[in-house]
Amino acid sequence: MTIDKKTLELLKKKEKIFEKMKETVEKQALQGKLTARKRISALLDPESFHEYDLFVEHKCTDFGLDKKSLPGDAVITGIGKIEGHPICIYAQDFTVAGGSLGIMHAKKICKIMDHALKLGIPIIGINDSGGARIQEGVNSLAGYGEIFYRNSICSGVIPQISIISGPCAGGAVYSPALTDFVFVIDKITKMFITGPDVIKTVLGEEVTQEDLGGARIHAEISGNAHFFAENEEDCFQKVKKLVTFIPWNNKKKAEPFPPKSPKNIYNINQIIPEDPIKPYDVRDIIKALCDDSDFFEIQEHWAKNIVIGFARFSGETVGIVANQPIVLAGCLDIDSSDKAARFIRFCDSFNIPLLTLVDIPGYLPGVDQEHNGVIRHGAKILYSYSEATVPKITVILRKAYGGGYIAMCSRHLGADFVFAWPHAEIAVMGPQGAANIIFRKEIQASKDPEKTLKEKVEEYKEKFANPYVAAQNGHIDAVIRPKETREFIIRAIEISKHKEDMRPYKKHGIPPF
Amino acid sequence: MEKFVIFNLGDGTYETKLTKKFLKRKPYQKEEGTVKAYIPGTISKVYVKKGSFVEKNTPLLVLEAMKMQNEIFSPFKGVVEEIFVKENEKVIKNQVLLKIKEE
Repeated sequence: MTIDKKTLELLKKKEKIFEKMKETVEKQALQGKLTARKRISALLDPESFHEYDLFVEHKCTDFGLDKKSLPGDAVITGIGKIEGHPICIYAQDFTVAGGSLGIMHAKKICKIMDHALKLGIPIIGINDSGGARIQEGVNSLAGYGEIFYRNSICSGVIPQISIISGPCAGGAVYSPALTDFVFVIDKITKMFITGPDVIKTVLGEEVTQEDLGGARIHAEISGNAHFFAENEEDCFQKVKKLVTFIPWNNKKKAEPFPPKSPKNIYNINQIIPEDPIKPYDVRDIIKALCDDSDFFEIQEHWAKNIVIGFARFSGETVGIVANQPIVLAGCLDIDSSDKAARFIRFCDSFNIPLLTLVDIPGYLPGVDQEHNGVIRHGAKILYSYSEATVPKITVILRKAYGGGYIAMCSRHLGADFVFAWPHAEIAVMGPQGAANIIFRKEIQASKDPEKTLKEKVEEYKEKFANPYVAAQNGHIDAVIRPKETREFIIRAIEISKHKEDMRPYKKHGIPPF
Repeated sequence: MEKFVIFNLGDGTYETKLTKKFLKRKPYQKEEGTVKAYIPGTISKVYVKKGSFVEKNTPLLVLEAMKMQNEIFSPFKGVVEEIFVKENEKVIKNQVLLKIKEE
């Protein structure tokens, strides 16, 4: 086989660029990080990566940049496959000018995003950048703006995933913030709007990068991250798993898997304690219900009083939202409402049926909650459930009181199927509170108010703390036994495959952001 | 965080864990007559003294923040009871700057 002159020239050009990149591999290794190229090959199926725009160079002539060549302008873009699913990807290269974002760098990212949007496939961004390339001035800002615009336009059309495998500071954070899933990596992620230096100058407060915007902070406190990974390898494994649960775009369904039974170690009859004040881990219920007991939890370290994530039922991806009695008694509050609402909207956008497991005593009381806007935040969950047109299945496991009952995908917010377990308590409030109000006069007039209260609480419990009042009124469809639940869910998903739920035309709604 | 506690929600008691955020929340205290820094910055001028009589909207001090000289005005008519800051002092957000007794 002969290689002609022009082909030889191409190979030489490529070799020159790769040679330059090789020198910098050590720089990344010193920080315990992989290079952009290694990250891409670790994430994608072998041999599946096709690179675009390798020869792109910056055009800046100021501040001596004209004498500098930055291979690929510090970002690698292209297409590839993850577990057979096509995706578009970009990875910022920290070893080239600190991964700084100039206009050509941004143009490469925008091009691959436009590509993903047209092809209807997910876009994955690996962020590792020092921020704006200061030498390029406002052009660099223009680049960021173009990316944010595309993130917003792509939102709800194709899944967008961000991996923060290095610094991501200043304006740069808003691209990941606009995407659907943000992965952070322990000791590697550094993400903030203003860094420790500025904070020290302005406020005199000293804080390390890690304590300000490290992976743990975003996974546990700020809620900006969806997945926390121990290291890069762990992170890529999680991304791969996520990709198998979601569809390519908003016109498709997630690809089904072969159905599997839940594992035997989770016995659904033995998870919920008889005493209603005793807690249990709702994730055990989920594992007792879903295929292979494989529950892929999202934001597991933040707002733990609600549990969200993906699982499969008879091979189909389902989005699960469940109150977690083990934390804050499973109350809804500001953070948990935000967490659930966004997830519900993701599922609705991408044709993923929603399963809601309810065990909620109500909204969390507190001055801080009220002053920080629990009304406006709590409303998001009502909004997103009502707006969702995917199949909505609700199972009331135990308590469903007051506003919490309504919020957790009740029939009234458009649930297609509402089931309750026999010991469910569906009521306007807890027995204690209800008895105190309804029988106030009797209790006050009584010689032994405590005893009367106790009697009245029992009376109320007997009459109203059960699923049958709701069932009589048609608010729930059926009272089912725990062990029948999986079958009911699978049947509901199967039968609502072609569900159509038309809404009046609007440009878009105005959710209480 | 790992221990179960009894958590009273008014209409029922539950055994559960509490989050760090919940435990760290500030107990509510009503504050009257205080003027607070609405933005972190530096006090570049103090116009009033302890005992000064101020009308509503009288300038009290200048809080320099984000390269801007922000004048802070009296929220109501009254007498300056206490000033907690000096010129050139750095203040954090929501720090109490002075106290005014309403008249």
